[in-house]
Amino acid sequence: MITTSNQRLTQGQFSFLPDLTDAQITQQIEYALKNNWAVGIEYTDDPHPRNTYWEMYGNPMFDLKDPAGILLEINNCRKTFPNHYIRVTAFDATRGVESPTMSYIVNRPTSEPGFALVRQEVEGRSIRYTIHSYATDKPEGERY
Amino acid sequence: MTETIDLKALWQESGVQAVLDSLDVELIGLKPVKRRIREIASLLVIDKVRRELQLEAGPPSLHMSFTGNPGTGKTTVALRMAELLHKLGYSRKGHLVAVTRDDLVGQYIGHTAPKTKEVLKKAMGGVLFIDEAYYLYKPENERDYGQESIEILLQVMENQRDDLVVILAGYKDRMDTFFKSNPGMSSRIAHHIDFPDYRDDELLSIGELILKGWNYRLSPSARNAFADYLQRRREQPHFANARSVRNALDRARLRQAHRLLEAGGNVDKAALETIEAEDILQSRVMAAAPEAAR
Repeated sequence: MITTSNQRLTQGQFSFLPDLTDAQITQQIEYALKNNWAVGIEYTDDPHPRNTYWEMYGNPMFDLKDPAGILLEINNCRKTFPNHYIRVTAFDATRGVESPTMSYIVNRPTSEPGFALVRQEVEGRSIRYTIHSYATDKPEGERY
Repeated sequence: MTETIDLKALWQESGVQAVLDSLDVELIGLKPVKRRIREIASLLVIDKVRRELQLEAGPPSLHMSFTGNPGTGKTTVALRMAELLHKLGYSRKGHLVAVTRDDLVGQYIGHTAPKTKEVLKKAMGGVLFIDEAYYLYKPENERDYGQESIEILLQVMENQRDDLVVILAGYKDRMDTFFKSNPGMSSRIAHHIDFPDYRDDELLSIGELILKGWNYRLSPSARNAFADYLQRRREQPHFANARSVRNALDRARLRQAHRLLEAGGNVDKAALETIEAEDILQSRVMAAAPEAAR
């Protein structure tokens, strides 16, 4: 799994592309709303790829008709957490489906230090590998 | 060389005329209201033309206040307004979110802002209709959270003018006091539209229109009786214009059904769809009349 390419976190959709503009985000939200998916906004400053549970910024938004409301919330979230990762998720609540359908990053810190490869020696000289985000050496809230 | 634009063709193309026509057919009376709606429609069409010629003027402010007595058609017109604004391309989705104080104001500190914001988000791209808006402001209780809701509303009304249109509705006198104590709200609303009471003949046409929708009709004698009924009903308390007409007809339907069953025997289609004078004359309003005359 490539987690940083050119020092950029690559998680979710569109992450190898340049950052989405607001107009592009609006179109993506429009698509989610067209499918009756609930759109949520989440943020985190722990970008480890296995950290799937980000903090929710407000409740997921049901029954919306127009992307303007969600864009408003995204901008509020950017104002509150200018140096966090922020992603937009869409959730299909259809009975029997009930799963996330979209997830893409809409805000990232100005500098992303990336990940270190950590080697752990275990029994019989075998080595276990894992990755570790440089940012998480600092306490929560002071990472970026 | 100067280009000219065929305004008539543009007007036809926009599909506004169809909405305005259906407004004319389905809403009786309400002359001043219809005139203002026509003006707004014209402005939006002309604005579109101006934009094509790079005569930018910024989006017009379309927040409105509908004042008038109960049953004068405020909600109905608001629905139409949403449709109209959508046809003109002013609002993107053209849906109407109708709310009252309960949907906006919370019950404890910190509850109001998220509640109001959620409603606003739902209304984005359409029309937010706040019925009985004066309840938002309760000066007698200084801890009331209504004020907080008003402030959020004002902010969004100002900053996101092209995302949603807010329509406040309520009874005339109470809305006047509401605006007096919230000058910020009053000045952000460009269109104050007053809904006049209906005349008796207008109420009668409304009644016939309602019956037509239900596939009923008045017999000639019932028509006279109903005209008489309306005159007397107006004198009584809690008269609510078109709503009273609707309620009266609802009760007439009950009596008609009862009469038909009592009579027994066979009925034909005409009997089933006709409301006779006696269905109306049995009303409590008609019975009370001789006493009132005394």
